[in-house]
Amino acid sequence: MNDEDDDLILADLPDDELVQQMFDDLYDGLRDEIEEAVHILLDRGWEPYNILTEALVGGMTIVGKDFRDGILFVPEVLLAANAMKGGMAILKPLLAETGAPRVGKMVIGTVKGDIHDIGKNLVSMMMEGAGFEVVDIGINNAVEKYLDALESEKPDILGMSALLTTTMPYMKVVIDTMAEKGIRDDYIVLVGGAPLNEEFGRAIGADAYCRDAAVAVETAKTFMARRHNSMATAV
Amino acid sequence: MVIACGALAREILDIRDRNGWHHLALTCLPAQLHNRPERIPAAVEAAVMAARPHHGRIVIAYGDCGTGGQLEALCDRLGVTMIDAPHCYAFFEGSARFAAHDDEITAFYLTDFLVRQFDAFVWEPLGLDRHAELRDMYFGHYTKLVHLAQTDDPALDAQARECAARLGLAHERRGTGYGDLPRWLERA
Ligand code: B12
Repeated sequence: MNDEDDDLILADLPDDELVQQMFDDLYDGLRDEIEEAVHILLDRGWEPYNILTEALVGGMTIVGKDFRDGILFVPEVLLAANAMKGGMAILKPLLAETGAPRVGKMVIGTVKGDIHDIGKNLVSMMMEGAGFEVVDIGINNAVEKYLDALESEKPDILGMSALLTTTMPYMKVVIDTMAEKGIRDDYIVLVGGAPLNEEFGRAIGADAYCRDAAVAVETAKTFMARRHNSMATAV
Repeated sequence: MVIACGALAREILDIRDRNGWHHLALTCLPAQLHNRPERIPAAVEAAVMAARPHHGRIVIAYGDCGTGGQLEALCDRLGVTMIDAPHCYAFFEGSARFAAHDDEITAFYLTDFLVRQFDAFVWEPLGLDRHAELRDMYFGHYTKLVHLAQTDDPALDAQARECAARLGLAHERRGTGYGDLPRWLERA
């Protein structure tokens, strides 16, 4: 880091430059700086929802893209996610108060036998950032745990994550069980994880496979809009 | 001709020498692909194409390795054999034996190769050399490091114990030898 950066005073920056700086700070995983900048924007009268979407989600989208393109690797993504988490922790209570839009609700978890949770956590965070309520049921979920969560949380969307070739087939077990119980079509089922692909998603009967968190958000929004439309016509 | 993951080079050469399979030619792809499995199929395809004019039979010493079936699809298309296992942890222990403890989910496995190359393949790619604070975000759900030992080597065992300590995990040694690998090589 050079002297100029050392001397950078976030509070002296105009809004647009501050948001740019937040993109850089997220990219570099600087949690303290992100928290400070969130406070500054709040003091300047920014709506919490706008800070979340424009600064945090905007910055994280860049990180996600560079991860996909092989420019960043896992630790950088993890550090950036940590920094974003810091910012979100400040905004979350305010978002609840200010009645920010709620797009839908999602239950998400990693399937049985699989402990990889970095991707799942990132998807949760970006979905929250996009206005979804997310209930994260953690790692190593057997079918019963998914079903319990569906029943108690009544989400619109079920998300399943798997990073192992040996655990990804378990997603089909969950979807088949949902079908047996006659509840498959009550939910939008999204699946993801590095070894999956679109063909696999189709083969197991998911509604969609999502390559990354940004695609997950877009896909979830599209399905929610479709859902509302079909409900509107049904009435 | 064997096209192998670099993480298996030493083991394959040892098996070759012990069995006197002098005809067996080996070429290795960088073991670093392990952390970028989506790039494995293209690398294997290029290696097969390069080897084809010079070698009769070509086999691929890789498991699926996180390619989600893509490597298998490629091998089918090229008409070459690969190892029928999800990854090297499984075929070193013996795929059947490995599958039998699929509930052992809080174990982090290291082969001899990974013990030897722990810094280059685990510690540094995960950024733990620069950001020690990430350790528990990666390994918070784990309880033990299981060293699947291909060879009897007290120095390596000591190193594995040190790896476990650095990750904050308990250590267990499980002697596996080369597992399914020699028989696969023999048939291939
Ligand atoms: C980091 C990592 C680990 C960490 C995990 C830490 C943690 N807390 O998650 C550690 C080191 C602990 C680990 C352990 C193991 N790992 Co690992 N690991 C990886 C690695 C390098 C990166 C995965 C990752 O975090 N990526 C970063 C995130 C951001 O990306 P992502 O997960 O793909 O998620 C994105 C998308 O896929 C999508 N997405 C993900 N989930 C979902 C869900 C939904 C609903 C949606 C819509 C989208 C979505 O959005 C995300 C964000 O953009 C991969 C290799 C690779 N490059 O994929 C190997 C890899 C997945 N691991 C592998 C293996 C074998 C293991 C171990 C068995 C190894 C061992 N030595 O014991 C254990 C597994 C134990 C277990 N039971 O789960 C293999 C799998 C091979 C196979 N045949 O399946 C891989 C491919 C490495 C390899 N080539 O050998 N691993």
